[in-house]
Amino acid sequence: MTKETITLTVNGQTVETRAEPRELLIHVLREQLEITGPHIGCETSHCGACTVDIDGRSVKSCTMFAIQAQGAEITTIEGLGNPDKLHVLQEKFKEHHGLQCGFCTPGMITRAHRLLKENPNPTEEEVRMGIAGNLCRCTGYQNIVKSIMAAAAELNQPETAA
Amino acid sequence: MIPGRFEYHQPDSLAAAVGLLSELGEDARVIAGGHSLIPMMKLRLAMPEHLVDLKAIDTLKHINVADGVVRIGAMTTQAELIGSAELQLAAPIVKETSLQIADPQIRYQGTIGGNVANGDPGNDMPALMQALDASFTLHGPGGARDVKARDFYEAAYFTARDDLEILTEVSFPTCTGGYAYEKQKRKIGDYATAAAAVLLTKAADGSCSHAAIALTNLADTPVFCDAASTHLMQSGVSADSIAHAVQSCISDIEPVEDNRGPAEFKKHAAAIILKRSLETAWSRA
Repeated sequence: MTKETITLTVNGQTVETRAEPRELLIHVLREQLEITGPHIGCETSHCGACTVDIDGRSVKSCTMFAIQAQGAEITTIEGLGNPDKLHVLQEKFKEHHGLQCGFCTPGMITRAHRLLKENPNPTEEEVRMGIAGNLCRCTGYQNIVKSIMAAAAELNQPETAA
Repeated sequence: MIPGRFEYHQPDSLAAAVGLLSELGEDARVIAGGHSLIPMMKLRLAMPEHLVDLKAIDTLKHINVADGVVRIGAMTTQAELIGSAELQLAAPIVKETSLQIADPQIRYQGTIGGNVANGDPGNDMPALMQALDASFTLHGPGGARDVKARDFYEAAYFTARDDLEILTEVSFPTCTGGYAYEKQKRKIGDYATAAAAVLLTKAADGSCSHAAIALTNLADTPVFCDAASTHLMQSGVSADSIAHAVQSCISDIEPVEDNRGPAEFKKHAAAIILKRSLETAWSRA
């Protein structure tokens, strides 16, 4: 089968790549576009380490063919913040020890980002249900939930003049 | 895990999709949300030569409520079912069930059409559709036909849908009486060890004017419990009639041992969730 041209907007940049229809989005992101924030954990749609945001939905990018994302707007952890300017969620994960080995963290934060967009003021229960598709093998959920709650609280604070 | 090679098609109308299926024949598979099919393709348990993706067909994405009937396009996602205020009023059991399917990421992708058409006994929507007495609309080269959810499932992964047909819509009467979808699972994201969809309507005189019970993952198809439903309508809802109905349902199921436990355990779990779901549904009736 021949490769097809796929156009994506990833983290605000329009990119064009070529892939066979059978190539999964996670592989195209990591291997062709060198966006290695989304991780390959289980490859079986369970762990959520490969979570990216596609047109406003959290998606496990190991369970979508890249060609299905044709024309889509994709945000990965790289698009949320960078070492010089961390996203609030990244700040709070740092502050509240929301990561241990860090492998699940890009997926956790990308998922939490969408969760807080949809539900800016979640209860702890809603946070737990909202990240139910992301597994942490260090089992550090307590602090992950704390970090997300803290980020929600900060994002909900009224803007104050500097 | 790399799936086998295939050619990808994204028709933008139902007619084009039906035409493609007829042309490609048994080498083609329809893909909706893909969360059953893609994992099977990664394991190479499914190796279609052609994938016909329904995602660009806008006429398959709708939730309409009119004249006491709910119509849902096959490509409506579980997240959209959960988010629909109209559906919550017309049939609140749909949201209760949808929220128990897999996890948030999967619910953004998973569709009602894929869930009911796949024929996986672990899917939650088929039993719900049987309880609601839903109809499935199938479009094929010869036109459209409707099949009742209660007649659709033949065996695991075998349904009344012909290979050349596409399931396009589910429809069912609005349902505002008591309801419950109770699911016992090992963890979030798992299929049911046992699950029950229950609808109970209380008449003005306190009797049970409508009852429907259907079960998930307790046989190789969903199980509609006709005798138990009839019993509740005839004898009313009481602790005794619930106990009788639960026993009747248990005699209808044929669970098999797997990594969720032996058959006897599944019957035990089924009895518990059945009692719970009947009590919850009646308390809401």
